[in-house]
Amino acid sequence: MDQLSRAQAELREMDALAAGTSVVHRLHPLCKLFVTVTYIFIVVSFHKYDLSGLIVMILYPVILFQLAGIPVHVCFYKLRVVLPLVCAVGLANPFFDHVPLAQIGNLVITGGVISMITLMLKGCLALMASFLLVATTPVDALCGALRRLHVPAVLTTLFLLIYRYIGVMMGEAAVMAQAYSLRAPGQKGIHISAWGSFLGQLLLRSMDRAQELYQSMVLRGFRGEFYYMDIPACGADSVLFMLISICLLLCARLVNIAQLIGNLFVR
Amino acid sequence: MHMADALLAPQVAATMYAASGVVVGISAKALRNDEKKEKLPVMAVTAALVFAGQMINYTIPGTGSSGHLCGGMLLSALLGPQAGFLSMVVILAIQCLFFADGGLLALGANCWNMAFYGCFIGYYLIWKPIMHSHLCAEKKNTDRIKIALASILGCVLTLQMGAFSVVLETSASGITELPFAAFVGIMLPIHLAIGLVEGLITAAVLLFVYEARPELLTGLSGGAEKTKSRCSLKTTIAILAAAVVIVGGGLSLFASGNPDGLEWSMFGNSEAGYRENMGLDEENYGVSSEAARVSGEIQEKTAFLPDYAFRGSDSTAGTSVSGLVGSAIVAGAAVLMCVAGGFFRKKRRSCKSTE
Repeated sequence: MDQLSRAQAELREMDALAAGTSVVHRLHPLCKLFVTVTYIFIVVSFHKYDLSGLIVMILYPVILFQLAGIPVHVCFYKLRVVLPLVCAVGLANPFFDHVPLAQIGNLVITGGVISMITLMLKGCLALMASFLLVATTPVDALCGALRRLHVPAVLTTLFLLIYRYIGVMMGEAAVMAQAYSLRAPGQKGIHISAWGSFLGQLLLRSMDRAQELYQSMVLRGFRGEFYYMDIPACGADSVLFMLISICLLLCARLVNIAQLIGNLFVR
Repeated sequence: MHMADALLAPQVAATMYAASGVVVGISAKALRNDEKKEKLPVMAVTAALVFAGQMINYTIPGTGSSGHLCGGMLLSALLGPQAGFLSMVVILAIQCLFFADGGLLALGANCWNMAFYGCFIGYYLIWKPIMHSHLCAEKKNTDRIKIALASILGCVLTLQMGAFSVVLETSASGITELPFAAFVGIMLPIHLAIGLVEGLITAAVLLFVYEARPELLTGLSGGAEKTKSRCSLKTTIAILAAAVVIVGGGLSLFASGNPDGLEWSMFGNSEAGYRENMGLDEENYGVSSEAARVSGEIQEKTAFLPDYAFRGSDSTAGTSVSGLVGSAIVAGAAVLMCVAGGFFRKKRRSCKSTE
């Protein structure tokens, strides 16, 4: 039951973050979307043993987090969802890949260990980038950008509607769940006898509400698509940000910068 | 079953995006304009409810654990396959963007694994045939039995397909060293149990809706005697059983009898990458590289890890150590930036509060 209130708090937090006014917030949503997708593509394209090449990619989210005024640790909480499957897959690597890559004293570092760390790092970096996009771009602007990319209107309108209604539905479900748990102390979840009626009741009420919602939308002039927040044309600063970021990201992919820095200190 | 970005190679992710994109396009087109307008709020509210409903824990009797609702089957039973699929796509997008459940790059794969199988396969191959079949036509509880059967069978089969797709996509990406057969052996049984529980919960909810407002469910025959079905339930079950045997048998052959092909592709690739890495590094980087020679004496003094010996050639060792040192420096710089950022944020906040 706690999960519902936690999810509500997370949604509110994301909304609050996206309402900021920093340099990163002011960038054009389409440019941010392009850079984020490019970044994730480049991150996942690193070879499984190329840990030193991948580590440079950490600088992009870190720098943007600082520019946006968002502490990095805010997104670490979200890693709890994404990491289990990545870890489950990655943890098998040390057992199956015994190729020795390095030896420090008596400690042999195998390819499996390196590929496991690389995999986990990739998971974290990709998450940080998409978190950064959503934390610095309001949902309306994001949907407006998607619309400009000719994503079907039904999908973007549905996105906005569902996003707005998730809060309402989670609120109702949380109230019901709390009422249920107060009447069933010590019980972990919903008992089998109430499996159908618990969500079924809410479902029926919601279907009626959807009809009322549709009628009110029609009365307000709904013609099948929302009017999106007026996104200004792509400014020079946004284009510059996009070009510089993509160039730097490509450089980091093609040249092992960590290796070059290391060469300055090690012989 | 949400896949993270790290589990997919870019080419696999792009392929899955293309596949899901085509289904999104077809679904959006299939919903006629008038219907679309009218259906949108219903789709939104139902999807939001499914989203919230998936966070409610249902106690599984006899065990200490709890299960969740299966979104795909519920949505396609209530809204139809196309509207259900679009709603699931948006749910997955919101889960990925706002709750970090799944990845932005893996969204195409997740839509395919969870929404496509759940809505289209679940609806057209399981829900609809069962609902239109003659199952114990004289008995009172015909529709109830059909709903329960379709929900459970639908959830189990579509979840199995989704789990198998996860294994295929991860293996095709060359991400895991886990042998294909072992990976399948772990994923499928886990999702069989999950599918059964999800099916039971979904059946309970759909049965409640059927009792209260049967008109809300799509694909109902409206009484077995009213419509002539093309195939009986026995035939449907026989077809499904045959499909399961063929698919299951085929897969097990694929998994156990022919692992060499997959292992060859995975290990072959990894070997190539490994060779490439070490080979290139030997020539371009390491102690004999240009950068190292140019920095000359300064490096002699600043070098703080001179004596680590790695297996293989000296240059490989140098490459690895300098990579390690460079990585540590970059990571240190990143931490420093975070600390500095935090310091400046605090300072700005304190300045604002004093003003």
